Amino acid sequence: MDANEHSILPRTHSSLRVDLQLVADQVVPDTRVLDVGCGDGVLLAYLGKVKGVDGRGLEIEMPKVSAAVRQGLSVIQGNLEDDLKDYPADTFDYVILSQTLQATHNPRAVLEDLLRVGKRAIVSFPNFGHWRVQLSLLLHGRMPATPTLPEAWFDTPNIHLCTILDFVALCHELNITIEKGYALDAMGRERVFSAIGRWANLWSEQALFVLCRTKNSGFD
Amino acid sequence: MDKTQDHLQPCDNTTVTLTEPLLLQSGITFGPVTIAYCTYGKLNPERSNVVLVFHALTGDQYVAGPHPIIERPGWWHHMIGPGRIIDTNRFFVICANVLGGCMGSSGPKENNPETEKPWGPRFPVITIRDIVLAQIKLLDHLGIEQVFCAIGGSMGAMQVLEFAARYPHRIFCAVPIAGSYRHSAQNIAFHEVGRQAIMADPSWKQGNYLEENTVPSRGLAVARMAAHITYLSEPALQRKFGRRLQDRESLTYGFDADFQVESYLRHQGYTFVDRFDANSYLYITKAMDYFDLAEENNGILANAFKGTQIRFCVISFSSDWLFPTSESRAIVQALTSVAANVSFVEVESDNGHDAFLLNEPEFHITLQGFIDGTAEIRGLPARIQD
Repeated sequence: MDANEHSILPRTHSSLRVDLQLVADQVVPDTRVLDVGCGDGVLLAYLGKVKGVDGRGLEIEMPKVSAAVRQGLSVIQGNLEDDLKDYPADTFDYVILSQTLQATHNPRAVLEDLLRVGKRAIVSFPNFGHWRVQLSLLLHGRMPATPTLPEAWFDTPNIHLCTILDFVALCHELNITIEKGYALDAMGRERVFSAIGRWANLWSEQALFVLCRTKNSGFD
Repeated sequence: MDKTQDHLQPCDNTTVTLTEPLLLQSGITFGPVTIAYCTYGKLNPERSNVVLVFHALTGDQYVAGPHPIIERPGWWHHMIGPGRIIDTNRFFVICANVLGGCMGSSGPKENNPETEKPWGPRFPVITIRDIVLAQIKLLDHLGIEQVFCAIGGSMGAMQVLEFAARYPHRIFCAVPIAGSYRHSAQNIAFHEVGRQAIMADPSWKQGNYLEENTVPSRGLAVARMAAHITYLSEPALQRKFGRRLQDRESLTYGFDADFQVESYLRHQGYTFVDRFDANSYLYITKAMDYFDLAEENNGILANAFKGTQIRFCVISFSSDWLFPTSESRAIVQALTSVAANVSFVEVESDNGHDAFLLNEPEFHITLQGFIDGTAEIRGLPARIQD
C-alpha cells in the first residue's frame, strides 16, 4: 500500500525513517492506533515499544502482513477502501494513512472514513503543487516526474494527486479541523513555514496533517 | 520421523469420566461422559501455559509423538514438540478426543453402561457446542481456569470459534486455521455423500454392525475417498499423480486401478477403516453440518464476539476450496466490526485444505511469531532460540 517507498530516506537515531518519526511524534502514548497500509509493521512496532500504543494494522500485500504478524503485531490483510468500513466508529484514537490517500479511488470517502473510525487522522501525501511539478508541466507540457513522484503517468499508483491547497479546501468542505500541519521536503524533514498556505503549496514536496472532526459536524 | 520427535514420550492416553451428565444442545441429558486425552509438556505453577488443541473430523488426541495405532507420528508432529512452534518445553499441550469420537471418548463405538452393549445408533446426536462443552468439563476437571491458546484446523477451527464465543474469559488467544463459522451447503453436500455411502453398505446394519460382528468398511472407505478429494487441490493432485499409471505400462481396459490417483484414493479409503468407526463418522460429520455460529447469534456473526478481549490469529490457505479464504475473511470482518484484536494471514499454498497438516514454512513462521508475541504479552517465558 506504500505508494511511494522512500527507501532512500534518512533514518533517525531511533532507526525509524524520518517521515515515520514525524508521524510517531504526533501520537500520544498509551493510545489505540490503526496504521492503514502498515507494511511490515515498522511504525507499529515502534509505537508499541516506545509509546505503549495498542496498535493494529491493515496491509494489502500478504508477504508484508506475514512479516508483521510474525513480529507479534496485530495486522490483517485487507484493502483500505473495502475493509475500513468494517471497523466500528470511534475504535481508535488515531488512524494513520501515510503516502496513500492519492492512490485511493475515492479519497474523499476515505478521509471521511478515517475520521469515523478514529478520533484523529494522521495523513501524509506528496504535494502536486510543488514548484518543480508546476514548472515541469509548464515547460514540457507533459505529466511531471519528480524525485517525490518518479513514476510515469501510465505506471503510477497515484490516481488522485492533489496540491496542499486542494487538500485544505477538501478538509474545509468536509468540516474537518486541521489540528496540525507540517510542510515537508522530499526527505520528509519539516520546513519552517506554515503548512496550509500558498508558500507551502509551492515549496513543500510533501505534507503531513493531523486532522480531527469539527464539533457539530456530520461525523458526531 | 526426525530427531526431535525422539525426545517426545508417547502420550499416556488418560481418560476421565465426568461426574455429571452433559446437557446437550438437542435438549437431551447424556452421561456418563468419558473423555480420552493426551498431554505434552508440564503445567506451570500459575496454570497459565496451557495450549488446547482441537482436532479435526478424523483426527485424534495423538497430536505429537508416536501414535499407538498407525505407524506414524501424531498428526501435528512438526508443530508440537520440544523446540517446535508449540514448544512442549514452554507449553502444556492438551488434546482431547472429541465427544462422539472413536479413540476412547464417549462415542457410538463405546458401550452404554446400562446395557453393556455398544451405543451404536442409540448414541445421541451431538453438536460442536456439545463437543466443546465436554472439553470445558475436562478443563474444569484439570483445574484450568484459562487456556493461553486454543488452536485447531478445519473442525478444530470450529471448536476454537465456539470456545472463544461461548467461554471468552477462559481463553487468552485463539487460532482458527482453515475453518469457518458455519458449514456451507457444499460442505454439507459432501458430508451427505459420505454418510449415504456408509449407510448404503449392507454391513452397516442400521448402525448395529458391532453387535452383528460386521464392519461397513466399503461404505466408510468410499466416504473417506470422497472426502479426501475435498482436502486436496486440483493442482496438487495434478502435481502428485497427473495421469500417471499405477505399476503398469499401458491401460488395462478394465476396472482395476489403472491410474495412480485411483490407487492412492483406494489406499486412503482402506487404511482409514482400520482406525475409524463408521458411526463416529456419521455423528461427527453431522455435528459439523449443524454448526453455524452466525445463526446462533440472530444471523449476525459479530454478535458472537461482542466485547471480546481474546487475541485472534485467523489463517487460511490460498488453494483451500473446502474452507476457502472468504470464510476466514468473514470471521475477520466480524471480529473487526467489534474492534477485536485480530491478525489475518492467507498463506500461499497449492496443498488445498490439507495444508494445515503439512509442513508449510510460511504458515509455521507466521504462527510462531503470533504465539511468541502473544506469549510475551501474557507474561510467559520467551522461546529459547537455537
